Amino acid sequence: MDRAAPPIATEPPVMDSDLVVLLSRIQFAVTIGFHYLYPPLSIGLGLILVFMEGMFLRTGNVIYETMTRFWVRIFGLTFAMGVASGIVMEFQFGTNWSAYSRFVGDIFGAALAAEGIFAFFLESGFLAILLFGWDKVSPRMHFLSTVLVCLGAHFSAVWIIVANSWQQTPAGYHLVENAGAPRAELISFWEAVLNPSTLARLTHVLLGAYILAGFFVMSITAFYLLRGRHQRFARRALVIGLLVAAFASLAQLVVGDWSARVVARHQPLKLAAFDAIYKTEPRTPMFLFGFPDDERQTVRYGLPIPGLMSLLLHLDMETPVTGLDSRPRDEWPPVALSFQLYHVMIALGLFFVAVTLAGLFHLWRGTLFQQRWYLKLLVPAVVLPYIANQVGWGAAEVGRQPWIVYGLLRTRDAVSPAVKPYEVWVSLVLFTAIYLALFFVFLYVLDRKIRQGPEPLKPDDLAGGPHPPEDFLDAISRRGKMQFHATEEAQEGA
Amino acid sequence: MILNEIWFLLVGVLLIGYAILDGFDLGVGALHLFSRGDTERRLLINAIGPVWDGNEVWLVTAGGALFAAFPHAYATAFSAFYLPFILLLFMLIFRALAIEFRGKEPMGWWRRMWDVSFCVASIVASVLFGVAIGNMALGIPVGPDMEYQGNLLTLLGPYPLLVGVFNLSIFTMHGAIYLYMKTEGDLQRKVKGWIVRATAFFIILYVLTTVYTLAAVPSMIANFRDYPWIWGLVVLNVLAIANIPRAIYHEWPFRAFLSSCAAIAALISLFGMGVYPNLIRSTLGDAFNLTIVNAASSQKTLGIMLLIAVIGIPFVLAYTAAIYWIFRGKVRLGEHSY
Repeated sequence: MDRAAPPIATEPPVMDSDLVVLLSRIQFAVTIGFHYLYPPLSIGLGLILVFMEGMFLRTGNVIYETMTRFWVRIFGLTFAMGVASGIVMEFQFGTNWSAYSRFVGDIFGAALAAEGIFAFFLESGFLAILLFGWDKVSPRMHFLSTVLVCLGAHFSAVWIIVANSWQQTPAGYHLVENAGAPRAELISFWEAVLNPSTLARLTHVLLGAYILAGFFVMSITAFYLLRGRHQRFARRALVIGLLVAAFASLAQLVVGDWSARVVARHQPLKLAAFDAIYKTEPRTPMFLFGFPDDERQTVRYGLPIPGLMSLLLHLDMETPVTGLDSRPRDEWPPVALSFQLYHVMIALGLFFVAVTLAGLFHLWRGTLFQQRWYLKLLVPAVVLPYIANQVGWGAAEVGRQPWIVYGLLRTRDAVSPAVKPYEVWVSLVLFTAIYLALFFVFLYVLDRKIRQGPEPLKPDDLAGGPHPPEDFLDAISRRGKMQFHATEEAQEGA
Repeated sequence: MILNEIWFLLVGVLLIGYAILDGFDLGVGALHLFSRGDTERRLLINAIGPVWDGNEVWLVTAGGALFAAFPHAYATAFSAFYLPFILLLFMLIFRALAIEFRGKEPMGWWRRMWDVSFCVASIVASVLFGVAIGNMALGIPVGPDMEYQGNLLTLLGPYPLLVGVFNLSIFTMHGAIYLYMKTEGDLQRKVKGWIVRATAFFIILYVLTTVYTLAAVPSMIANFRDYPWIWGLVVLNVLAIANIPRAIYHEWPFRAFLSSCAAIAALISLFGMGVYPNLIRSTLGDAFNLTIVNAASSQKTLGIMLLIAVIGIPFVLAYTAAIYWIFRGKVRLGEHSY
């Protein structure tokens, strides 16, 4: 039986597994991107809450209690979103990335389990006291709960960064044949945990979270100040937010540099993609901006600063930085995307330094609350650290491609063979739709909470009673006209 | 190989912890729409308010422990149950956010929307857990590469669906008994009525599931011959269940709750001993079973994980006990309630 001649020059067929890989990658990006809107605030705001409630216990100044109660409510909301979206992350390795799970379970799984045991129980248990325990436990016990919740959020960051850093710079393992395929098995627990990139990345991520929380507090309090509401509360909280954001932004300059050096040493192709370094040559430039073109291997419309990359990484203009030409093309990350994500992060990081330095300057001058342009800038500026955290993670993960475990396992080989494209289509569409809807509900509820504001101060707190001892924030405020105590009572509730 | 046995036991303990603790949260959710009026509904939600979140962590940690100790079982099971599992995740998301969002706005439509989300999500999640257990008992088509070869319909046979409804009945009864402890007055009298009906529902499904299992899933009782002490679990299970109506009759809520906990623990232990030493039984041949040996991580990792568990679990138990102690007693609505 003659059949029709096979069609000539067909496109190579798109394999089901290729489609599953693509859809699963998009789904992972959607779900982790959505999830990571919440944990940085839990981490950073947790720290700020420890400070606020600690100050309340230390000074007895009720304004700190008002602050703690207000920010705990916001914390509870964002924490709930984090928990709800986080449970997806715990299981998505198994659902979509079964080959990856088999390969890394011996090490990566252990880190996730440790996170559950050490971090999640601590956080979720004591959060209940934080939210509902005001009348059930002593102020000291409540403060202890705040500290433990904050600690839990940090432990969680530690174990997730350990797991992810092991994917970036695997260490303390050997490859063993198991169930017909190689897998990574643990040799040294501490080498795997403290792999070459863990410490730099952990510090980088925590500072990113502190910047975000600092800007978050500043945004809401600047909004109150512009409206003339809750002055007494907002002034003091804004200064706390500013101090945290300023410290973290400045520290991030140093830590970001450290992190880039670690990438250059251990994932040279990733760094090459970050700045589109196509050729390994002395006086490697650094681009302020541009559009990498893989075909021509140049950066179009770019503004290079000659030798800066060599100088930053090697402290010597003449030492070349390893370029993409050092490895075959199929080991390159997506250069253009890595480049843009990385550059947006850097630009935003520098912007945070500028904004917080300007804030510190006006704080020092004692005119911070008179700078309406500055307060107006702070209100929408909260969006930027969210973007910075997202694109930073984007750069870290896109820059690792084509590897899911750097140098060991390719992303395309990591997907679940049992899962069919239609299944991932269904889940991806549902995740996108439901997450979008929930995000708007979250914004709506958050907006209502912000408009509602902190509990009004009782007249007794304002007028009578022993005057609370001055703390260092009062000392800062005494410069110039920046009084926390005077003038604002009249405006309270205005 | 002793480490593999220990980890089989530990994953089982985590699952029992989850079923006992989040089981009553899901049961309260399943009963939610039977309550009337905003105050009653708020009392129900606040009865689990401070604890549901920590209870859910038992599931997350059980998942992590399965990933760490038996990565092949984790990989095979979750990719096999892809769509049902994604649906389960959505239900857990809606359950969590319904609790969080419901009380944030006073509008009637807003509260009704989250009431329905809370109830439906709890019911569907309870059934899906049971469907998963039913499939694990039956076995699923797993090939020589440890990968699942069936499709979505393979997972939705009559036996798994029966176990799904059975699981819903357990959680509903358990949740009703929990509410009996936490409520007072008129609501408590109403809850007592729920317990009677939920227990009847449970006992009917208990008998049905037991008969079906004995008749159609002989592998689940094959281990009874080698390990006769399993009969002890059966006796414990039956005694615990029998004690529930007795404790309710005498108005001993806490004893009824402990009996319900013991019944759940015994049922999951029976399930565990039914599949042991397999984690996932293949219907394509016993050679393809994922066992506690061939699905496990290296001995080194199992050892280190055991050390982590030994350090961590006393803390976890201490926190859990402290939180339940602080929030003991009848639920009352206050300014911080949901």
